[in-house]
Amino acid sequence: MQPLLELRKVTKEFPGVRALDSVDLHVDRREVVGLIGENGAGKSTLVKILAGIHRIDSGSMLFDGSPASFRSPRDAFNHGLTMVFQEQSIIPTLTVAENIFLGREQEFLRFGVIDKRAMNAAAEVELAKVHLDCNPATKCASLDFAARQMVEIAKALSLDGRIDSDIVILLDEPTSVLERQEIDLLFEIIKELKAKASIIFISHRLDEVLQVSDRVYVLRDGAVVHETASTEATITGLHEHMVGRQLDHEYYRENKQRELFGESVLSVRNLTIEGEFRNLSFDLAEGQILGIAGVVGSGRESFARCLGGLLPPSNGEILVDGKPVRLNQPHQAVLAGFGFVPSERKSEGIVTGLSVSENMTLAAGDRFSRFGFIKFEQERTECQRWIDRLRIRTPSTKTPMQSLSGGNQQKVVLSKWQIFGSKVAVLDHPTRGIDVGAKEDVYELIREMADQGVAIILLGDTLEEVIGLSNSILVLKDGEVSAKFQAPVGAKPDQIELISKMV
Amino acid sequence: MESINWRALAPIGVFFLLCIVIAIFSPNFLSVSNAVRILNASAIPVVLVMGATFVILMGSIDLSVEGIVALCAVVTASLVLNDTFSANLGFWAIPFAVLAGGIIGAANGATHVFLKVPSFMVTLGIGFVCLGIATAALGGFPVRISDRGFRALTLGRTLGLPNGIWLAAAAVFVAYVIQERTRLGRYVYAIGTDEITARQSGVPVERTRILVFVLAGFFSGLAGVMAAAQLGQGHALIASGRLFTTITAVVVGGTALSGGVGSVLNSVVGVLIVIVLTNGMVLMGVPPFVQQGVQGFLIIVAVTLALDRRQLLVVK
Repeated sequence: MQPLLELRKVTKEFPGVRALDSVDLHVDRREVVGLIGENGAGKSTLVKILAGIHRIDSGSMLFDGSPASFRSPRDAFNHGLTMVFQEQSIIPTLTVAENIFLGREQEFLRFGVIDKRAMNAAAEVELAKVHLDCNPATKCASLDFAARQMVEIAKALSLDGRIDSDIVILLDEPTSVLERQEIDLLFEIIKELKAKASIIFISHRLDEVLQVSDRVYVLRDGAVVHETASTEATITGLHEHMVGRQLDHEYYRENKQRELFGESVLSVRNLTIEGEFRNLSFDLAEGQILGIAGVVGSGRESFARCLGGLLPPSNGEILVDGKPVRLNQPHQAVLAGFGFVPSERKSEGIVTGLSVSENMTLAAGDRFSRFGFIKFEQERTECQRWIDRLRIRTPSTKTPMQSLSGGNQQKVVLSKWQIFGSKVAVLDHPTRGIDVGAKEDVYELIREMADQGVAIILLGDTLEEVIGLSNSILVLKDGEVSAKFQAPVGAKPDQIELISKMV
Repeated sequence: MESINWRALAPIGVFFLLCIVIAIFSPNFLSVSNAVRILNASAIPVVLVMGATFVILMGSIDLSVEGIVALCAVVTASLVLNDTFSANLGFWAIPFAVLAGGIIGAANGATHVFLKVPSFMVTLGIGFVCLGIATAALGGFPVRISDRGFRALTLGRTLGLPNGIWLAAAAVFVAYVIQERTRLGRYVYAIGTDEITARQSGVPVERTRILVFVLAGFFSGLAGVMAAAQLGQGHALIASGRLFTTITAVVVGGTALSGGVGSVLNSVVGVLIVIVLTNGMVLMGVPPFVQQGVQGFLIIVAVTLALDRRQLLVVK
């Protein structure tokens, strides 16, 4: 039988990265296909191609047997491919019914005026499909997160019955914000949907993927590396395919890993942010690298942002050099000695309009000015030293930040805190989206920082990275510490061990 | 059960509080004739805020109000029986003037959308262009309207109330229907809240933006007609001060400058607050320059109260 959706040798390149490399994939009618892979494996590029946000460079996409190329999410929708995004696309100021039919009011127009009663009645039908018992005239702002997610799914399902062809529903990490009970409900809904639709299910949680899918694809480095029927797969087996290569000790500069540390710098006691994480406690010494592992929604991102002063803690204590510090504002965090390297480099890490040197000395402004006047010569010399040391590829210190590559930008961000003299570096995905060579430079720099006595908290882009770089690892699950691992050279924990504590 | 949103009801509370305070200091305030006076003074501002509310709900701003009103007032005065030009279209001048407003609005929207210039700058510029045209076309002199029948458009009374008030009420009705019952209204909220999501859902963002500026132009055009009928003339400075009142009223009424939150009805309350305050200060004998200061203060207080500052990371 002809598959409903088929990708043949699909390749997609971005400057410097081959995001998808000759991907073959098909979805049969009334089939649930699981799609897994590490961050950066190409999942989101694939999703964006299906959604019509990106075009394919070569290869072909067939929908219902005929070639298809979607121009926008709306275009994909009209052809029968509907999706539930990881970031919700619900507009809170509109009602449930208005959200479900946003952009498709045509059906309810009577002489240019929207027939609200008809629209609400139609919304009831869609809400019944997801078993959400709410008034379609309610504003979405008053719904909780899970209910909004259900509205989102109802919005996707509203395609069913409105077009002639069979439909594909793409669920991108739909469970990351849901509670156990709601996840079970979602799986029930997926089973019901199978009677009339095909489903692509993307999730970090391998057990969930195995539970709902008929077949699973594993993506790694932009290519499909494994395809199997769910009945024949195991979590361990899938994970091995996801990670692929053997751990390379050289890669993470393990020969430079410190085993003896200096004085204790940071103590965190019962740190809590309501709804994010609870009762986090640990100590960190000079030169020690603490890895934080956890899936999306485990609370690790908010913990990093908390130390950066971007999310005020609701409870608990943070001590630097034994003195309690307040982290309600980013500048308080900076003064307390925290250097936060955010995962969103472009929007939070760098100031794009400013030059390399201006970015480097942004935090340490006091040292490079006198009565408010900038000491340009001193600034230039110091920045040039860092440029040489970190091998930052830039024509000069005055080059605008946006003309640097991602890896070089990240080195500038790291040097900013080095120049300022932060005691604790909080690295939130420091190697996200940068090429392999630059990654190694960043690993080298992390080791150097540790040598100089900087305490480091690391949220890695991959588990492998966390294990390779850290002295010890905290595993977070649903906002709580589920395990603590020591990771000395030669006795590093296994990824499987960590994953079992993460999910 | 949805909890009552006090922030949304606050403007009504402020309005009544203001009335009580003024009534205590100046008993004349509560007379029927003063109430009619207030409503009459509110008529043109209410028509203006109808358009401005949609623009602000969308997260944009329209600073061309004074220019459009002045130009449309000049067009109106020139097309009815007047002392400068030999036209006598009577009430048929109205569609021409309103259409002129719509065309200028389309210029605002098209420049904003196609050249990707912030609405702030586009409307400021086009507003000045309109004022320039209105001044140059008449050499700086006013056009006086001789058509008494036409002036009844605002000066005459129906069911005991000045016609201007009825016109304003009609404008509110139309705007409310657009806001609540049409796709355009729906899309305005969607774009003002989250343009990217709206776009991904297939909302025609560009077309909506232009249409909203056209709509604002229509309302400004109608306000220009009313201003001409009220004052019996058309000239470049006829709308002086209207912009400030318009923006103040929309914001005081509780529509967020960041877009997505608010309503045309809120803006009606906003106009009443601004006009009652002015009226009250006149009754109490407050000097005009102090009145301006109070209005300026009011807009800052209103914005301060309306913002949910906990969620703001960057203020520009």
